[in-house]
Amino acid sequence: MPWGAADGFSKQMLLVILSVVIIAAFFLMAARKGQLVPGRLQFAGEAAYGFVRNGIGKDIIGGKDFMKYVPLLFSLFFFILVNNIYGAIPLIQLPTFSHVGGAYVMAGIVYVTWIVIGVKKNGLKYFKLATVPSGVPGYILPIVIPIEIISNFLVRPVTHSLRLFATMLAGHLIVMIAGSGIEYLVTQENLLLKGASVLVLGGAIAMYMLEALIMVLQAYVFTLLTAIYIEGALHADSH
Amino acid sequence: MNQLIISAATEGTNPLVPNPWEMLVVFAGFAVLMFIVVKYVVPMFEKTFAERAEAIEGGIAKAEKAQAEASAALEEYKQQLTDARAEANRIREEARAEGAQILADLKEKAALESARITAQAHAAIQSERQAAVVSLRTEVGTLATTLAGRIVGESLEDDARSARVVDRFLADLENQNAGAAK
Repeated sequence: MPWGAADGFSKQMLLVILSVVIIAAFFLMAARKGQLVPGRLQFAGEAAYGFVRNGIGKDIIGGKDFMKYVPLLFSLFFFILVNNIYGAIPLIQLPTFSHVGGAYVMAGIVYVTWIVIGVKKNGLKYFKLATVPSGVPGYILPIVIPIEIISNFLVRPVTHSLRLFATMLAGHLIVMIAGSGIEYLVTQENLLLKGASVLVLGGAIAMYMLEALIMVLQAYVFTLLTAIYIEGALHADSH
Repeated sequence: MNQLIISAATEGTNPLVPNPWEMLVVFAGFAVLMFIVVKYVVPMFEKTFAERAEAIEGGIAKAEKAQAEASAALEEYKQQLTDARAEANRIREEARAEGAQILADLKEKAALESARITAQAHAAIQSERQAAVVSLRTEVGTLATTLAGRIVGESLEDDARSARVVDRFLADLENQNAGAAK
């Protein structure tokens, strides 16, 4: 019962709840001791946390108050990462965001966040700063302003959510099609066709590897874009 | 499974239309995670990071303090050594000056003493000579007059006359001596 099915408790919902439990349990256990010389678990937790904190938060947003946005970036990255990785785990084999609803929610949270940050920082002038680029000749503005409005306020959340959803769905479909293709070929009478299933299996394994990479990459891209949007909202006057 | 895909593509259900219940679950799940992260995970990690940074910086500060103390002590020792050297030099200089002073005093004293002795000797000689001259004068006079009286036969007993004669003689003698000395 894939998309659109509004009836009952789906596998996706269970996986989302499970992901929260996994992430919270792992990081709470890793951070709990807080030793100056970390153990193995704490070191892993610190490395993962430091990757988002410094690699995304500090590098992209920077400044004195990037720490305010680290919890959001951190939660986004690991929530999406774990929910994507589900697709690469046998038996589960279902990335949560292959259903578009989750992706809409995540992108919506980010959309509201960066607009609120922009308005808080710059006041209502923020919308002018975000849509009227400085240093553009006056006679081009009638063209540029609609483009900026569309690209920043309409297209951005759509691409942000659909990028995640589409890559996860596509990967999911490829693996599923390969699986059912193998099933179909194996059940054929013709020996040659039966043998061809090995080729499909090889291709499926390669696609599986690629998918696993894309799952991690998309979690990173989603978080990185969030950081870039927040940075843009914070420094709208200098863009 | 392939039936599902085909049915999804053909049934007309749009994959871009979300399931609201799933959206709600994702939102709630993310909110719970966000709460745990904000409330516990990030503060705990940041606390550890801050403690670690402080431990490292505290260690560095402690080492720097020890270094500063050591170099201050070294400086003090050097200063003391220089002071001691200067003191020793000063004492040596003083001793040398004192020695020289003592030597000079002694020399001066010796010179004075020798001068005094010489002067005394001179005076003694002078007075001896004076006495000798006086006694000689009387004796020679007496002798000469007695002798002359014997020769001449005339008594020169008259003291006054004989004294005159002797004085003249001696004056002649002194004149001769003075001329010879010149």
